[in-house]
Amino acid sequence: MNDILMARVLFGTTMGFHVIFATLGVGIPLMILAAELFFHKTKDQEYQIMAKRWTKAFAVLLGVGIPSGTIAGVQLSLLWPGFMEVVGKVIALPFQIEIFAFFLESLFMSIYVYAADRLSPFMRIVSLSLVAVGAAASAILITNVHAFEGTPAGFRMESGKVVDVDPWAAFFNPGFLVTAEHVVYSAFMTGAFVIASVSAVKLLKKKLTGQEQSLHRKALALSLVIGGIFSIMTAFNGHTSAQELHKYQPEKLAAAEGLFKTQPNAPLTIGGYTDPVSQTVKYGIEIPGLLSFLAANRFDEVVTGLNDFPKNEWPPLFIHTLFNSMVGIGILLIVLSLIGFIWNFVTRKRSFPRWLLWMFVASGPLSLLSIEFGWIFSCTGRQPWVIYRVMTTAESATKTGNIGMLFVLFAGAYLFLAIVTVLVLRYYFKRHPLHLEYGPDTIDLS
Amino acid sequence: MSDTIIAISMIWMFVFVYSIAGSIDFGAGYWSMKYIKHKRSKATNIANRYLSPSWEITNVFIVMVVVGLFNFFPGATYTLGTVLLLPASLILLLITIRSAFLVFSHSAAKYKNTLIMVSGISGLLVPALLILVLPITHGNFIEIVDGVERLKFARLLVSWSAYAFIAFAVSSTLFLSSLLLADYSHVSGQPEAYKIYRRDAVIGGPLNLLFAFLLILAIYREAGWLYTNIIKNWGWLLLSVLFFLVGYSALFWKSANKDLSIDGRPRFAVIGIVIQYLFASAAYGKAHLPYIVYPFVTIESGFTHPDTFRALFWSYMVSFAVLVPGFVYFWRIFMKDTRYLKQMGGGD
Repeated sequence: MNDILMARVLFGTTMGFHVIFATLGVGIPLMILAAELFFHKTKDQEYQIMAKRWTKAFAVLLGVGIPSGTIAGVQLSLLWPGFMEVVGKVIALPFQIEIFAFFLESLFMSIYVYAADRLSPFMRIVSLSLVAVGAAASAILITNVHAFEGTPAGFRMESGKVVDVDPWAAFFNPGFLVTAEHVVYSAFMTGAFVIASVSAVKLLKKKLTGQEQSLHRKALALSLVIGGIFSIMTAFNGHTSAQELHKYQPEKLAAAEGLFKTQPNAPLTIGGYTDPVSQTVKYGIEIPGLLSFLAANRFDEVVTGLNDFPKNEWPPLFIHTLFNSMVGIGILLIVLSLIGFIWNFVTRKRSFPRWLLWMFVASGPLSLLSIEFGWIFSCTGRQPWVIYRVMTTAESATKTGNIGMLFVLFAGAYLFLAIVTVLVLRYYFKRHPLHLEYGPDTIDLS
Repeated sequence: MSDTIIAISMIWMFVFVYSIAGSIDFGAGYWSMKYIKHKRSKATNIANRYLSPSWEITNVFIVMVVVGLFNFFPGATYTLGTVLLLPASLILLLITIRSAFLVFSHSAAKYKNTLIMVSGISGLLVPALLILVLPITHGNFIEIVDGVERLKFARLLVSWSAYAFIAFAVSSTLFLSSLLLADYSHVSGQPEAYKIYRRDAVIGGPLNLLFAFLLILAIYREAGWLYTNIIKNWGWLLLSVLFFLVGYSALFWKSANKDLSIDGRPRFAVIGIVIQYLFASAAYGKAHLPYIVYPFVTIESGFTHPDTFRALFWSYMVSFAVLVPGFVYFWRIFMKDTRYLKQMGGGD
């Protein structure tokens, strides 16, 4: 393997690991806030218990998410010094503002966790809201740089030099708002479905006390509602994202859909794999005209195919599969929350059948998977560019060498941390079973 | 003042804040490990009480240093990123292990001692490696191969000056943290813990000063250009030593707290010693100019686009102004509120 590929593998592994914690770090605070708000509205102690236990899990995840985010930030400069040189000159603002979002989140996270008993209910909610705002803002700001890579603005390159810099134009680059929304909605969705998974696992257990049943049912309902809302919002926004690609990065859309020939009435191909020799998507289901319609809301829209681009600028063709998987999971999650909603509405029962619970169990891992697919799609789909049509990934990479050894070290550390994180969470919640959380005056009726 | 000087002064300030806050943070982790068997004194509790709410915020400062550096001096990113790949990766791994295990130790009571031990030791290694960035920027350990800068990491690790830096980093970590924890146990009304941390600070102070002189000797041997410049700032160094004497002696002043039968005014000691570091690092920072990495990158050659600098400068000012109330609130809740300081039961 050459050094550039090694650098990509190392950075990709770091991001693949960090994005799990980063996404949950944005999604779970919203769930805690929702539970905390429900507690103040209904005075139902179970919502307070949820908030408390989710906060505990969140704190453990932060213990890995904060250092892995630090790694990601520093590795950017270590592995992609050429890229970061342009970033420093042009798109420095989001990184800088993100520091303060980060401060906001960690200040109020500590206040919420370690001073909970000394805060008034109002200040608890304020602190928690600031944690959620800080977390979402960091995600938005980092996504800002990611959007800039796809739709660069606010500067020109003239014989290798950066000229005509307008930092705010770079900040408000065309892809920013849509991409940022996509990241935040999908993170809220993922946080909710991960909690839905945990609740469903608990509800599948045979011997449940009345307390356990009641609390996990409420948690499941809350997470399905929030997960459902944000999966629908992610889908609407995903549609806009595809239209943005059509406008700003046509070869990425073409590769995502396996479209070779430029044409009006372009078909949408679902599934299958892209075969560059026959220039078709094999074993896919083709729906005539739909891609044109999705790209511009009209069937006669001309969608540019890959053949209009030089072959060395094609994104890798496997992104078709990543794109399909991401969208497929998104649709599945919407359907799943609708089924849950309809089931409750039609049967008027408070409980779900076991087969449905099993499907809810799958929702958390699936949404995390779609987050991974989405990020890999978005970043490999931009190749060979690190900044679209301005700088290639190869140009920006470090020339130090010896990255293989670092890869082994970091990958080993991530694996180890992933295992220990799971062990610690399991250990903690085994030692702190639910019934200990209830106050002494609560009577368990089971 | 020129834009470049403003920018490098801000970076210098971030580095200074992180070096103090980080020393206290990593040191507290070490003390929390060392006194774990010392149940009665609550020395471990005091350290954890300080660490639990603050480590995340301290960690933000290191990100701030890195981000500030490549934002203000993108021209330095290429050289720094290239030569620091290996040491910075090791530092990152250690920080990760340290922070993760610190958090884990609060959640798995049965394995607490092991987890605190891992986090304490890896934490102490961080400042030792982190300070090596300084001799690397002095230029002696960088060579150019095929037009690319390369770090002679093995040469650095066998040079005695590296160990002078490491000794200074570790002793600073232990000295600063024991001072702050002495003050923290003092305001918490914990005489036993206070006694322990005051003793550690009393031992640590002179050792630390000795290592500081050793450090200057190392600079003299390795980087003549820097030594000449530092000596030009002798007035600042003198002030630094003076404040050391004032701060250190405050550990022996008569106590203001009648409940504590032990001498010392640790708050004054902390302030005095922080001013000592402020003067010393100002002398060092000033002598380092105009180089960021000698002789490859200067503040002029590495500077960002002027428009970006202005946007950054103002957004820093606005962000700091917005966050000040948050920091004040945090300070009041964890460093002043006696309800937090005195509840010594569980410890965390």
